[in-house]
Amino acid sequence: MAVDMDVRTGEQTAHKTSFSSWRKSLKKREREITAYLFLAPFVILFTIFIIIPVAVSFGLSFTRYNMLESPVWIGLTNFKILLMDDDIFLIALKNTLVFAFITGPLGYIMSFMAAWVINQLKYKNAFALAFYAPSITSGIAMSVVWMYFFSGDRYGLINNILINLGFIVEPILWNMNEKTILPVVMIISVWMSMGTGFLVFLAGLQNVSRELYEAAAIDGIGSRFQELWYITLPLMKPQLLFGAINAIVGSFGVFDIAVSVAGIPSPNYAAHTIVAHLYDFAFIRFQMGYASAVSVCLFAITFVLGRVSMRLFSSED
Amino acid sequence: MTKNKVLKQTEIRKKRKSIKLSWGWFFTYSFMIGLVAFTALPLIYMVSTAFKPIDELFIYPPRFLVRKPTLTNFSNLLTALSSSEVPFTRYILNSVVTAVTTVVLTVIVSAMGAFSLVKYRPKGSDAMFKIILAALMFSPHVTQIPTYMVVNSLGMINRYSALIIPKIAVAYNFFLMKQFIEQMPDVLMEAARIDGANEWYLFWKIVMPSLKPAWATLVVFSFVANWNDYFSPLIFITSQAMKTLPLALQTIAGGLSIARAGAVGAATFLMTLPTIIIFTLMQARVMETMVHSGIKA
Repeated sequence: MAVDMDVRTGEQTAHKTSFSSWRKSLKKREREITAYLFLAPFVILFTIFIIIPVAVSFGLSFTRYNMLESPVWIGLTNFKILLMDDDIFLIALKNTLVFAFITGPLGYIMSFMAAWVINQLKYKNAFALAFYAPSITSGIAMSVVWMYFFSGDRYGLINNILINLGFIVEPILWNMNEKTILPVVMIISVWMSMGTGFLVFLAGLQNVSRELYEAAAIDGIGSRFQELWYITLPLMKPQLLFGAINAIVGSFGVFDIAVSVAGIPSPNYAAHTIVAHLYDFAFIRFQMGYASAVSVCLFAITFVLGRVSMRLFSSED
Repeated sequence: MTKNKVLKQTEIRKKRKSIKLSWGWFFTYSFMIGLVAFTALPLIYMVSTAFKPIDELFIYPPRFLVRKPTLTNFSNLLTALSSSEVPFTRYILNSVVTAVTTVVLTVIVSAMGAFSLVKYRPKGSDAMFKIILAALMFSPHVTQIPTYMVVNSLGMINRYSALIIPKIAVAYNFFLMKQFIEQMPDVLMEAARIDGANEWYLFWKIVMPSLKPAWATLVVFSFVANWNDYFSPLIFITSQAMKTLPLALQTIAGGLSIARAGAVGAATFLMTLPTIIIFTLMQARVMETMVHSGIKA
C-alpha cells in the first residue's frame, strides 16, 4: 500500500513539474519580452541622443562640414589647426584648465568640509538647505545678482566697500577688465557648484555606521580628524568618486556664467572657454567639423580625468 | 532595531554632540560661518532686491537690505513688459511646459529601464551599464552638434519637443534610479506574482510606489536642470515667443537699463523660487536616495 501510494504521488509530481516547468518557461519568455519592452524607450532615446551623437562627433571631427554640403574628409587637419594655429582655442583651453583646476578641487573640498561639519550639527536639514540652495539656482539669474555685487561703478557693493576702506580710488570694472573677468566667473561658479557634491557627501556620511567610530575609539583613534582620515574617507570612496566625476564634468562645461558675466566673445577672450569656442564655431559659424574637433577635445579631457579619479577612488584594496 | 540598540545609539550620539573646545574646532566653526555667509548673502540680496522700491534701488551708497518692501517690481514685470512683443507670462509658460513634461517622461522612462536592467537582467545589461557609467563622464555639450542635426532634420527647431525629447534619456538619472532599485527587496514582487499580477501591473502598483524616494529625487534634479538649462534653448530656439526663462531673463537683463532694474530683480526671484520650493518639499527623500549614489570602481 505504502509503496503504491509513493509511486502514485511520484507520478503526480512528475506530471505536475512538467506542467509547471512549461508554465515557468512561458512566464520566463513573457518576462524576457517585458524586460526588453521596459528597457526600450530609454535605450532608443539614449542611442539616438547620446551614443550616436558621440560617434558622429568623432567622425565629423575629421571632416569639413557646414551642414549645406556633404562632409569632406580632411584627416587630422582640424586637430592640427586647433592645437597649433588657433590661438583663441589655446586661450579657451588655458582659461578652462585654470578655471577647472581651481574651482573643481576648491568646490569639492569645501563641500566635503561643509558636509562633514553639518553632519555633526543639530538642524542638519536647515543647514543643508542653506548650503544647497545656490546650486539649484539658475546660473543666468545668479550672474545677474552677482553683477550687483561686482557692478563696475560706485553702486557696486564690492567697489563701494573697497573704496570706503581706502583700497582703491577708482571703481574697478570687474566684468570688463581682462584681469578680473575670470576670477569673477570663478567666484560665482564655486558659489554655485558646491551644493552638488555636498548632497552626495552628506548622504554618504550619514550612512557610515556609528559602531565603527566606537570600535575605532577603542583602538585608540582619538580626535575627529583622525576619525575622518582613517575611517570616514576610506568608507566613502564610492561617494567621493561620484562627487569627483560630477565636479569634473561641471567645471569643464563652464559656459553660461562666463557668457552672462562677460558676454560672447568676452573682452580679449578673457572668459573664453572650450564650450564657448564650441558654441561659436558650431552655432554661429556653422563649421560643424571643426566644432566637433573641439567637442572631441572636451570629451577626451573629461574622460581621461574621470578615469584617473576612478583609479584614485577605487574601492578595491 | 531593538530598543536597547536605539538607546545605546542615542547615548553615543549625545556623547558625540558634546564637542570639545579646541583650536581645530575653532577654525572649523569660523570656516563654516564664513562659508554660510558666502552661500547665503547673494540669495538674501536677491530676495531683498526683488522687493525694493525704485528709490532704494538707486540709492547711494548702495544698501543691502530693503527698507520699505513693495510688490511694484512684480507688477512692472508682469504688466509693463507685456506691452512688448512677448509678455513675460509667455516665458513662464514655456519654461513650465517644457520642464514639467521632461521631468515626468524622464522619471517614467528611467524607472522602467532601470527596473528592467536590475530585476530582469536581460542580455547585454552589464555592457549597457558600463556605457551609462562612461556617459556620466563627459559633459552634455559634447553631443550637442549631432543632436542639433537630429533635431533640425526632424523639424523640431523652435518647438517644445526640441527641449524635451533629447533630454529624457539622461545617464545621471538612470544611474541614480538603478542604484536605488538595487537595494529594493524582491519579496513584494514575488508575492504579487504568486497572486497572478502581470509585470505591467507589478511595475505600476508595487515597484513605482516603493521607488518614491528615487523618483522624488529625479523630480528635483531633473526639474532643476531643465528649468535652468541655458544651452539647449540657446541653440534650438530662435523665435522670441518660444524662449524659456533663462534666455528671457538674459534679454531683459542685457544692458541693465535703469527702468528695468527692478523688474530684473523680480524676474530672478520668480525664476529661483520654484526650484527652492521643490527641493524643500522633497529634501528628506533626496537624502534617502543619495545614500546609494556612490560608484564602486
